[in-house]
Amino acid sequence: MPASEQTAVKVEKSLSEAFNPEQLNAADTVLVQNRGRPGALIPVLKEIQDVTGYIPLALQERIAAGLNLSLSEVYGVVTFYSFFRQEPIGRNLIKVCLGTACYVRGNKDLVENLSRDLDCKVGGTTEDRRFSIEGVRCLGCCGIAPVITVGEDVHREVRAKDMPAILEQYE
Amino acid sequence: MERISVGDLDRIKTEVNRRKDLASNGKKAGITVHMGTCGIASGADKVWQSLFDLLKQKGESEDAYRIMHTGCVGFCGMEPIITVELRGQKPVRYRRVDPAKLEQILDKHVLGGEVEEDLVLSEEEDPFFQGQKFVVLRNRGRIDPESIDDYIAYDGYKGLQKALTRMKPEGIVEEVLRSGIRGRGGAGFPTGMKWKFCMQAKGEEKFVLCNADEGDPGAYMDRSVLESDPHSVLEGMAIAARAIGASQGYIYCRAEYPVAVETLEKAIAAAREYGLFGEDILGTGFSFNVDLYVGAGAFVCGEETALMASVEGRRGNPRPRPPFPANEGLWNKPTILNNVETLSNVPNIIREGADWYHGIGYEKSRGTKVFALTGAVKNVGLVEVPMGTPLRDIVFSIGGGIPNKRKFKALQVGGPSGGCLPEDQLDNPTDYEAITKAGAIMGSGGMIVMDETTCMVDMARFFMDFCQEESCGKCTPCREGTKQTLRILERITKGEGKPEDMDTLEELSHIIKDSALCGLGQTAPNPVLSTLRYFRHEYEAHINEKICPAHACVALVNFEVDVEKCTMCGLCHRACPVGAITWEKKQPAKIDKGVCVKCMSCIAACRFDAIS
Repeated sequence: MPASEQTAVKVEKSLSEAFNPEQLNAADTVLVQNRGRPGALIPVLKEIQDVTGYIPLALQERIAAGLNLSLSEVYGVVTFYSFFRQEPIGRNLIKVCLGTACYVRGNKDLVENLSRDLDCKVGGTTEDRRFSIEGVRCLGCCGIAPVITVGEDVHREVRAKDMPAILEQYE
Repeated sequence: MERISVGDLDRIKTEVNRRKDLASNGKKAGITVHMGTCGIASGADKVWQSLFDLLKQKGESEDAYRIMHTGCVGFCGMEPIITVELRGQKPVRYRRVDPAKLEQILDKHVLGGEVEEDLVLSEEEDPFFQGQKFVVLRNRGRIDPESIDDYIAYDGYKGLQKALTRMKPEGIVEEVLRSGIRGRGGAGFPTGMKWKFCMQAKGEEKFVLCNADEGDPGAYMDRSVLESDPHSVLEGMAIAARAIGASQGYIYCRAEYPVAVETLEKAIAAAREYGLFGEDILGTGFSFNVDLYVGAGAFVCGEETALMASVEGRRGNPRPRPPFPANEGLWNKPTILNNVETLSNVPNIIREGADWYHGIGYEKSRGTKVFALTGAVKNVGLVEVPMGTPLRDIVFSIGGGIPNKRKFKALQVGGPSGGCLPEDQLDNPTDYEAITKAGAIMGSGGMIVMDETTCMVDMARFFMDFCQEESCGKCTPCREGTKQTLRILERITKGEGKPEDMDTLEELSHIIKDSALCGLGQTAPNPVLSTLRYFRHEYEAHINEKICPAHACVALVNFEVDVEKCTMCGLCHRACPVGAITWEKKQPAKIDKGVCVKCMSCIAACRFDAIS
């Protein structure tokens, strides 16, 4: 078997391990719709990540082929923008706002405590996959700082002592 | 809906006013819930829900009321806010409403006819609103952002109509030039000048871009405008397009603002249905389309050339200028890029005239400026003041000063590119030149008040951490310079600073300033330079005495209770999450350092500066 075909087989296998056929089909549909459209890469990555949750290298190869781009272009964009993830996240995504107003009002201590209590670094996921912690740049809710979001919920004026009660709400 | 033409704007205005009139529609009262992102996070959606439940409980039909929601009123610290209007009476605003208070208001005011004075937020009397002038925020709290008719009822799209029917492109540019407006994104370049260059640029195809990538941490003026009054920005873009001869526009909005994105999508769709975007706008033969482009989380994309690269689907790396975007911008075509607040001013300038706009302001800074006033200040919220208003008035009159009996330490103006100003600089007017001279920049409008519990070295470290993380990595001074600066600052906050560090910081800062490729890099050292200039003693305390005067740098805190200062109140004991603090009534607290995890909760809780 020529080397190029071997890689192709390997890519398919790890993709089918990571994602179910519906997810891959949805991704392919997005690729077909956007092939040849100028400036399509970033919206495409977003749409695909909405379905797959993250974009590992194998999926990036598929996207590059689908949009007729080089893998380096796709990888370059995925690693440049903080919204794209190459690793899967936990069931609940905690976003800690790291904007100035939140910082001045105490989010620095909050994030350090949270990271210690969950034994999980910022940018990481807990072992039981219950939580992922992400630091985000200003959510623009400075009036109610410090702010964290868990999933879709916004929690206002959060102090370290409020955290256990907040986390309890999420399975 | 159908396409509208010239003349229909007045008809819609009359219709909306008739529809909103309480008496002629047999409505008992109007109830408005103000729902921006801050309001929703504070519980405005619960208030909205319970409004319908409560009316039902009280046997009132919701059809008997004019119920609506709008974007925020701007006074974030008082959210959730609602407005009640009885027939023939002035509308009354209520603050910090929850379902229980809503019932109180319904019973006493809506059904009983008597204002619930205890909960009123008075725009005439509350110091927060004194000295403000609303141009950009003129529609705050009074229009439903999802209703294009509401916007039209307050003279929306009148500016565009005037620009299309009574003005030539040169006339529009001239008007914007004469108004004196300068870019509100930060740098303050005259908007009219930018338009003029692009108008004169040769090219069949041109673009109008709106920069809604409000990346400065601590700034949310643009989010509020997009959520509360999206059409003002769209109208501004259409006027700009007419001026430079563009037929396509893009709004680049950051993904961290989901409500703004949704509101914009609806607004664009509504404007298209009315034929205010698309072909042959208002029957004048002029065509212009707008598409929304959502960012993917990169601060540098607020820089104009990086933003254009991002719209083209590439990494957001800035490129050297010239060529300037006015000649070679998006897809190498002539392009103008204006910020949300700038564009939102434009319809007002065209409708009311350049002289009116120029009549507001100070020296070379004309018009108003919106600031997001946050941090250690009593009245947190969006503030719109005429240019020239002294910084002190914003912090101490509108903002109400510092809460918790603490002292003012610094005002951070201009985000990561700005600077920290001490109290004796507060008499500076809000003027591009004056603020730059003081060592900060006007920036996009973030204004963060810091009290004595904020460490200025740590603040410089915070901003440098931000800049080095967000540096795109293309040019060496920014990529390496910010990293090295951060390392030095980190060392200082850990108590490992060396006497020569301050000189090295200064030298390195000037090198980055002089040699970085784009605005992000060139201004990244500003927080370091301004804190070195005004708060040098704090650096010295960290380096020479290994003390953090604000008790904010963990490594320099001993976690010991000063029995002289301790008032034996027990607040620290209650705040400690690991039970490391023992305290009994009438006894000073004691910290067990073996148990303490240095989480700083006690220091945050202590009101008497007794833990060091």
